[in-house]
Amino acid sequence: MTALEEATPAARFVGQRVKRREDPRLLSGHGRYADDISLPGQLHIAFLRSDVPAGRIRGIDVRAALALPGVQAVFTGADLNDISGPLWTTTNGPPAFGPPMHPLAGDDVRFVGDPIAMVVATSRYIAEDGCELIEVDLEATPAVSTLEQAMAEGAPLVHPELGTNVLDAPRPPDPELDAVMAGAAHVVTRTFAMTRTTNVPMEGRGMVASWDRYARELRVWPSTQSPHEIKAFAGRVLGIPENQVRVEMGDVGGGFGQKMYPTREEAAVLLAAKAVGRPVKWIEDRRENLIAANQARHDIATVTMAVDADGHFLAATADLVQGVGSYPAGGGIAAGAGFVAMLFSGGYRIPKTAFSAKTVITNTCGQAPFRGPWAIETIAREQLVDAVAAEIGMDPLELRRRNVIHQSELPFTLPSYLVYDVVTPEETLEQAAAMLDWEAFRAEQAAARAEGRHLGVGLSLCIEPSAVGMGAWATEQAIVRIDPSGMVEVLMGTGSHGHSLETTIPQVVAEHLGCAIDDVVLRQGGDTPYGPGTGGSRSAVIAGGAAQSASTTLREKVLAVAAHLLEASPEDLEVADSAVSVRGTPAKALTFAELAGTAYLNAAALPPGLEPGLEASSRFAPPSPFTWSNACHLCVCEVDPRTGVVTLLRFIVSEDCGVMINPMVVEGQIAGGVAQGIGGALYEEMAYDADGNPLATTFLDYLIPTASEVPDIEYGHIETRSNSLGGYKGMGEGGAIASPAAVANAVNDALAGLGASVSQFPITPDRVLRAIQAAD
Amino acid sequence: MPERRIELVVNGERRHVDVEDRTTLGDALRDGCHLTGTHLACEHGVCGACTVLLDGEAVRSCLVFAVQATEAEITTIEGLSPEDGSLSPIQDAFRECHGLQCGFCTPGFVVSLTAFLASSPDPSDEELRDALTGNLCRCTGYQGIVKAARLATDRLNGRRIVETTEVPA
Repeated sequence: MTALEEATPAARFVGQRVKRREDPRLLSGHGRYADDISLPGQLHIAFLRSDVPAGRIRGIDVRAALALPGVQAVFTGADLNDISGPLWTTTNGPPAFGPPMHPLAGDDVRFVGDPIAMVVATSRYIAEDGCELIEVDLEATPAVSTLEQAMAEGAPLVHPELGTNVLDAPRPPDPELDAVMAGAAHVVTRTFAMTRTTNVPMEGRGMVASWDRYARELRVWPSTQSPHEIKAFAGRVLGIPENQVRVEMGDVGGGFGQKMYPTREEAAVLLAAKAVGRPVKWIEDRRENLIAANQARHDIATVTMAVDADGHFLAATADLVQGVGSYPAGGGIAAGAGFVAMLFSGGYRIPKTAFSAKTVITNTCGQAPFRGPWAIETIAREQLVDAVAAEIGMDPLELRRRNVIHQSELPFTLPSYLVYDVVTPEETLEQAAAMLDWEAFRAEQAAARAEGRHLGVGLSLCIEPSAVGMGAWATEQAIVRIDPSGMVEVLMGTGSHGHSLETTIPQVVAEHLGCAIDDVVLRQGGDTPYGPGTGGSRSAVIAGGAAQSASTTLREKVLAVAAHLLEASPEDLEVADSAVSVRGTPAKALTFAELAGTAYLNAAALPPGLEPGLEASSRFAPPSPFTWSNACHLCVCEVDPRTGVVTLLRFIVSEDCGVMINPMVVEGQIAGGVAQGIGGALYEEMAYDADGNPLATTFLDYLIPTASEVPDIEYGHIETRSNSLGGYKGMGEGGAIASPAAVANAVNDALAGLGASVSQFPITPDRVLRAIQAAD
Repeated sequence: MPERRIELVVNGERRHVDVEDRTTLGDALRDGCHLTGTHLACEHGVCGACTVLLDGEAVRSCLVFAVQATEAEITTIEGLSPEDGSLSPIQDAFRECHGLQCGFCTPGFVVSLTAFLASSPDPSDEELRDALTGNLCRCTGYQGIVKAARLATDRLNGRRIVETTEVPA
């Protein structure tokens, strides 16, 4: 399917801006987050963390802490690490290569924030007092804090067990590529550095856990994106069968990837719950979240593009250096940054690509997924495209027009052998340019420059690999049941944490089952069918597909029961508003409650051979390894050359996520991603000093954008159905992937008149001023 | 540290809470009064999630000790929410404009905006946006929040009624 087409015939619920079911409780202060759980006898946990980036633990004296009234227990690595099961995750499996993962530090510490001991007390205040009374005899040892330090000859090893700080995935020799480069009219090379940023969910990590030794049941109230990861992880860590673990999915205050995988601290909390035999609660504070939860985007890419005399791309290469800190989420460290390599050619015809990666381990907080973990492929490529445009003297819009993939070329095979089936990069590029009126802006820019004002425009094209259809990520199951009262309950293993699934899944179910949307409730948590959780832009496609599939099946059963009771043919029936009626004879109708009354309570009245009850289940897998969505971001900014301050004036997003279940939710996801991308490009930096000390430990140092920094976002939608059920495409990450390069390109366009350019994030006023001074 | 029993007036109700001198108002409201709508997200006074009203004025409950609040009328997000489960005009505008996703920062925004509009009933767009910069949100990019603030302001000034389409029943 290559033609642009109408998305979906008039639908009652899918495609509507349905107001969120979640909102009334959240707006009135009645959400239920992990910290809102309070169990009788509950104890509170605080961690004592390392304040040096590397060091040998010669001894820990916990006696004073234990003597403090209110302290119930103190655990160190010596107490917990040997009784803990393995800390790997279900979605990734046991890592082939990675550091030894233990709940608490063993004989040494490996980053500032490394948990050394855990105090369990009657209040968090007392638990923190207890931490202050623990004496750790810690001998600091040499550490590597920067990528350069870690890669240096003879550098101290972060994890001596691994024998190296660097995993090298070099480029294989490629004479054909060398020939293309040598024969190209232009070859442009640039290095673009993102900086280490972090997810910053407004609610940090946290968990309440309670072990019932008589029922042999562990109950967990986590802050998670994946209740089933928690369930399986808890089973492994405690060495108990998974079916003895009950996980509640309450409200979760954001995650953006940080809460995809359970972490060392959560293992320690689970072990403490079993060891003390009373409910325990750990709520991460902001300092812990900033220094110990995770880091991301520590990427430096050197990229090269070969182009012919007409500006056609001939070949591109990327050489990536990526910092992964000390203990990456999930425990595995892989060479190669696979997604970056596979996706680097983006929405363009680039006949040849090549890629190398150095994965670098340092004595800093470990890496975890953050909204498009591979985003450097777009962020570096799109800045490179603008650099090429500048180098050959062509407008960046025109250069993109010459190289962007057309509809006529679909299905399009990438140099990485992945195949785009339904994408619209050219259409989003043109829509975004039209929304701005590109030519008019160029005139406005020239006029402004004549007045000494420096405006700039930046484009960024992104193809998002949503809904990974491989391994544990590939499936999701929905159980849809009409209960005996006629109400509809949907059970899914998703982990909505701001994604509005309690609204969008009922939209899909109401659409395809034929019930009233207010009759549907989504139940998540560990008692549902297994699913890997909410992340990787997978929920619309895979969870939506499962909900649609199960609803369609259940509708058939509803029709079968109704046809029998109404003595009509199923083809003559219609389903709407939780009732089945004979078409043209609305008086002849049965409500879902009446049908359920028969299906459950009077099975003898059912058609012969039909199983009693009204329930259907479907485990769904999308047809392709990726369900591609795409977007074009366009940013307009002004740079003040005296102060270096960048002000964003407009931000336009044209995107294609296929059939939109709820356009309001789609736009919300775009907006959140764009704001995070703006933050990463202009403000946020999880900095460490040369001695391995984290410098951003409060919101006064780690600057996420406020309402003043994010301009009004203008949306353009192009809807082309994916080949997956329902035509949905995932789009949760694209906002954050595409936006940083749009901002950077706008800044550099504004700086071009001054002969200056910046290539290091965040683009702070200081960096802008230094670039201008360097150009003088 | 010894505890003492203090009296707090919260949402018009007199409550007795055992606190230490160092107990923050935020913790006293959450743990002592079981009003968990007040969220603690930074505990150093920047993010605004824990905002409550002290005699009508917005304060960060992580920066106030509970013992400092004994003389004041305290209003939390729960106190700003109609008891029948409906939403206040500001809350309603947040819902209509998709001004929240995970909802963790939301009570702080609603309380802050309530206080701001009480003192500046008809602000300009710029003043309104400026007033919102004291609260951090990581989900929405502030798009829905800014729109909701405008819509609520306009409605409270009698300028707009309902604009968005209702869901088909």
